[in-house]
Amino acid sequence: MYVAVKGGEKAIRNAHALFDEKRRGDVSVPEITPDQIREQLSFSVDRVMSEGSLYDPDLSALAIKQARGDLIEAIFLIRASRTTLPRYGSSKPLDTSKMKVERRISATYKDIPGGQILGATFDYQHRLLDFSLAEQKLPSESVDEIQGDEVLDDKIPRVLDILNNEGLIEPASMESDESTPPPDLTRDPLDFPATRSLRLQNLARADEGFLLALGYSTQRGYARNHGFAGEIRIGAVAVEFAPEELGFPIEIGEIIVSECEMINQFKGSKSAPPQFTRGYGLAFGQVERKVMSMALVDRALRADELGEEKIAPAQDEEFVLSHSDNVKATGFVEHLKLPHYVDFQAELELVRKMRATSQVMKEAAE
Amino acid sequence: MTQKILNADIQYRQQWMAVLAKALWSNLEEMWKDIPFSSTYTLLRKPEMGLVMVEGRTGGSGAPFNLGETTVTRCSVGLQSGEVGHAYIMGRNYQHAEIAAICDALMQSERHDEIARNVIDPLKRLASAATAKQSAKAATTKVDFFTVVRGEDE
Repeated sequence: MYVAVKGGEKAIRNAHALFDEKRRGDVSVPEITPDQIREQLSFSVDRVMSEGSLYDPDLSALAIKQARGDLIEAIFLIRASRTTLPRYGSSKPLDTSKMKVERRISATYKDIPGGQILGATFDYQHRLLDFSLAEQKLPSESVDEIQGDEVLDDKIPRVLDILNNEGLIEPASMESDESTPPPDLTRDPLDFPATRSLRLQNLARADEGFLLALGYSTQRGYARNHGFAGEIRIGAVAVEFAPEELGFPIEIGEIIVSECEMINQFKGSKSAPPQFTRGYGLAFGQVERKVMSMALVDRALRADELGEEKIAPAQDEEFVLSHSDNVKATGFVEHLKLPHYVDFQAELELVRKMRATSQVMKEAAE
Repeated sequence: MTQKILNADIQYRQQWMAVLAKALWSNLEEMWKDIPFSSTYTLLRKPEMGLVMVEGRTGGSGAPFNLGETTVTRCSVGLQSGEVGHAYIMGRNYQHAEIAAICDALMQSERHDEIARNVIDPLKRLASAATAKQSAKAATTKVDFFTVVRGEDE
């Protein structure tokens, strides 16, 4: 139990002032701007957008600056900020098949229509520190030199549709009733058993580290489903929204998303033939590691639906969904550092009493 | 027949509203500054910020789910001549939303041709040039992986 404490206003004020000073650091070094963070630390910005569950690169960059680069703190700031805004409604579901692809790869098919497009990636880079980045460079060294004559196909087909032609893979999901809106955990508390739609919403805003560890655990044998990256694609997708006053949908902008479709071999069950099953990952920004992990965990969480034996943490939806949110988690873990003096006093009394009792019993036995 | 014409009108309006929404603010500002516009207009809804929940689909094509929200700014204006313009634009740029709403109203007015020629068409051209440039850059990273027969198989 936490009992409120009073006092300490002056010390708290000073602590905050000191924090501001520390944030600024050495004043002889130029101050960083949110624009610089947005443009040059885009993976941090994307992580804050995806786990803050709010697409707005500028707000995300500001939050990172304010939090001195602590991304979970920045995510917390974004979550708090969104609660102050009204919601106009829901978009039409994104059509990722119309994505303006910046990167698209498949680990399952070498020759895919539309091609393997590496895009801007860490893959195949030597992980050696590049000291030239520490030097001041003139802005004239532009990336515009990279320019070919070829452009990408307008519509790049989904890799899994190719596999589907043979009927070897299950459909994207069960038939769904689209007359009712999908469940929303920002409006209704998490309830178990959860639908796959609710699980995906939870995973899309889940902590990347938590999903990474769980995804990894499935690969090491805790749920035993060997995944293949059927397709990973990253790029811009239009967001369509139908305002009431118009009565028809309009595009209100574009967002960058990462999408991953994992495929896993499935031996079959009483009702389903041997085939490949799917796990799905989708999140705001360029967050490839996150959506890959998400797809592995999504697949593991389908254990009940596919009649698999539940033996591993990644298959336990109550465990996964209840602990995936880093804002909730940090709130509960970090509250332990707030004054618990009254609590602890009570515990102290209790331990003293137990000791005294055991001493009396010992003496009596002798 | 009427329905068909109506649908064509709606489709056309959807197109220009998309162009206005997706335009870079710096580009729209540049086009707009040369448009003579002194007529008074009423802010039916002054620019205001809110959220839209973005939905995704399970497996890309299956059941919808809530992916996360985006910030959106909306604005509605009424021209003296009676046309009403709306704008819903991702992000938090109030000026962008207001000018987009004015352009939406003007596109329905007798100044349609002028706005189409001097605002919408140039913005559309800039957008497709940017898309083509990005696509060409991505295309330079297209690879052909080939599998090599390993020695022990020979």
